[in-house]
Amino acid sequence: MDTARIDQIIDEHQGEGSSLIQVLLAIQSENHWLPKEALERVSQKLQVPLVRIQHVATFYKAFSLVPKGRHEIHICMGTACHVRGAMRVLETVQDLTGIKPGETDLDLKFSLETVNCLGCCALGPVMEIDGKTHGKMAPGESADVLKNYE
Amino acid sequence: MSPINSPAELEEFRKGIRSQRDLNKPCITLCSGSACHATGSREVAASIEEEIKKQGLSAEVDVRKTGCHGFCERGPIIVIHPEEICYFQIKPEDVPEIVSRTIREKQVIERLLYTDPDTGAKIIHESEIPFYKNQERLVFGSNGSIDPKCIDDYLAIGGYAALAKALAGMTPVQVIEEVKKSNLRGRGGGGFPAGRKWEGSRNAPDEIKYVIVNADEGDPGAYMDRSLLEGNPHAVLEGLIIGAYAIGSHEGYVYVRQEYPLAVENVNIAIKQAEAYGLLGQNILGSGFDFTVKVHKGAGAFVSGESTALMTALEGRVGEPRPKYIRSNIKGLWGKPSVLNNVETWANVPLIINKGADWFTQFGTDGSKGTKIFSLVGKITNTGLVEVPMGMTLKDIIYDIGGGIPGGKKFKAVQTGGPSGGCLPEELLDLKVGFDELTRAGSMMGSGGMIVMDEDTCMVDVARYFIEFLTDESCGKCVPCREGLRQMLEKLTNITEGKGKEGDIELLEEISEVAKEASLCALGTSAPNPFLSTVRYFRDEYEAHIKEKRCPALSCKELISYHIDTAKCQACMICLRKCPADAVDGGKKKIHIIDQEKCTKCGTCFEVCPSSFNAVKKISGEAVPPPIPEEERMIIRKSKAQ
Repeated sequence: MDTARIDQIIDEHQGEGSSLIQVLLAIQSENHWLPKEALERVSQKLQVPLVRIQHVATFYKAFSLVPKGRHEIHICMGTACHVRGAMRVLETVQDLTGIKPGETDLDLKFSLETVNCLGCCALGPVMEIDGKTHGKMAPGESADVLKNYE
Repeated sequence: MSPINSPAELEEFRKGIRSQRDLNKPCITLCSGSACHATGSREVAASIEEEIKKQGLSAEVDVRKTGCHGFCERGPIIVIHPEEICYFQIKPEDVPEIVSRTIREKQVIERLLYTDPDTGAKIIHESEIPFYKNQERLVFGSNGSIDPKCIDDYLAIGGYAALAKALAGMTPVQVIEEVKKSNLRGRGGGGFPAGRKWEGSRNAPDEIKYVIVNADEGDPGAYMDRSLLEGNPHAVLEGLIIGAYAIGSHEGYVYVRQEYPLAVENVNIAIKQAEAYGLLGQNILGSGFDFTVKVHKGAGAFVSGESTALMTALEGRVGEPRPKYIRSNIKGLWGKPSVLNNVETWANVPLIINKGADWFTQFGTDGSKGTKIFSLVGKITNTGLVEVPMGMTLKDIIYDIGGGIPGGKKFKAVQTGGPSGGCLPEELLDLKVGFDELTRAGSMMGSGGMIVMDEDTCMVDVARYFIEFLTDESCGKCVPCREGLRQMLEKLTNITEGKGKEGDIELLEEISEVAKEASLCALGTSAPNPFLSTVRYFRDEYEAHIKEKRCPALSCKELISYHIDTAKCQACMICLRKCPADAVDGGKKKIHIIDQEKCTKCGTCFEVCPSSFNAVKKISGEAVPPPIPEEERMIIRKSKAQ
């Protein structure tokens, strides 16, 4: 992500220290992760110490300090999905991709995350890949869904 | 659009909108909330627009993409006005028939209607379907009839009349008195009386004050605030502006999770529209009152939904709570008096101002007035959002509205109040829902999650699940919560894995007491609730796990095994092909056997085994029967052998 774009995002948020989280969210959503250079630039422009940015970036779930895979898998672990067997779906996906929640595989193909409710409980258990919702998942079906991603 | 300068002009403008609308003109409303998007409502919307154009009906039919209708189980939902014909689970391929038969020829398409599961009768109108019939949809009802991106729709149904009434005809103190009289309690978790909170802020000496909408809905399995903010953002804004007027605030915030992109989008659009109409900004409706609102996206931290933590997050810092020696309505955001209420609470305010506290208090119980929106999910036939008067029994909600437990299973418990709530057993189904009633039973109202569990749900695992969630979300600032929860999680995990010891339950109870007494914020003090309520009502399940190493619900993976009943197996190869771990051994006409070493206990074989064979068995607390000798595994079909 180039510095000019980061500066532009900061300017859109009036360059105030209190908009730190909003600025980081904007960078995260465009770039899918927060590179160190970006954080340094934000620190410089907003006059916020880097250590505080680190604190914020590691506290909130939306931020990632490492690059993400081509496909982002979100498995819903909300209560409704949990009682309908989300754990079994998660275990199958872990076995098939070889990664645990929070990790990205070495080929940068998949990143796996658990989320605490996607709010489509009628479809539970739910797996979301790149924003597309796959509902009523069972271990077998989740394996079939994953095959469609390159 | 030039700003509207007075309540009289607003009424004039409203009349203008209404007169342009022909109530007899066919209008297709389609649910476009996030839950329906997941079931494909975007594709349906595209195909409706295309089909209407194709059939040359663009001028004669309106299409309105509305917010959530609540009946998520049957989405995508469309309602055709003025007849109010209600169709469920619509697919794009159904659309041509709907347009040609229902819109053109005014005929009802039977197969798309709701079928009453008891009588088999087809039901045409939304209001006659049991799911809707037994609700009282005061706050949520408008969702299905307005386009949330269109302020004129909200004005057409009487929107912003309460704001006009408050600004023109009531003093701020009168507004507060009315809200106090209505006994509106916060819908976000704590149930603190909104009027008292507002009064505290109003009387605080600071000049600068803030009002905040808490839309950081984090309870897993609860999404009513999202649906309200997505589907009717103006109702929330109207409530917020009235609240700001009452306490004397000129700046407000909507703190909404970034995981809710549609809610963020719709509330931003609503703010722009309200500004253009002169309902936000300088000199609102010519009253001299100024008020602006900003949207702030939350970056995902459950604890940031706590009031003091949320305010720190608004300041651009890490959203951790602080001790509440001084309440945030006196010293909150930037150290100024700040009133924070959740989405649903704010959305109740216009109703109270419009119709009066006396009207509002006719709904509900002594301590809990009005209605509450619940997100009814889990092992329930009709998953969805339901709004009921306070005081309705759990049984009526779960059975009359929710349609009971699917698959002929037996009800076990209902969990209310989110991760900090508790599980209530069958004996308490006659309990009336209300803030105090639920707290007395060891659970709480919370923000309105209602998760139904059946006989297949292990209550120890449910407790472990919530404690795991809370351990992960604990900010770590205070010891009882950070360390206490971690220890509790370890013990509970041990129990579900069959490593529980005598004395574990007592130790868990002791840690719970400390966490309840000594934690800094409500997350910690209420964190032991999932354990305490399950041990109170389901102690036998804990004991079975510890003493017999048995999971009565056959759910805990470490304590169960799958095996194939050799007498029933027809060697159909289905489980053998589907097993993701290649743990099923067998072949055509060769009875299948599960290799216990390879089995990952995912349960696929159990699910795919045809119900007429029912050969895969799930057991707990007993040994797997030894496999039969190789020579007995061949099935010789008699009819063919002869």
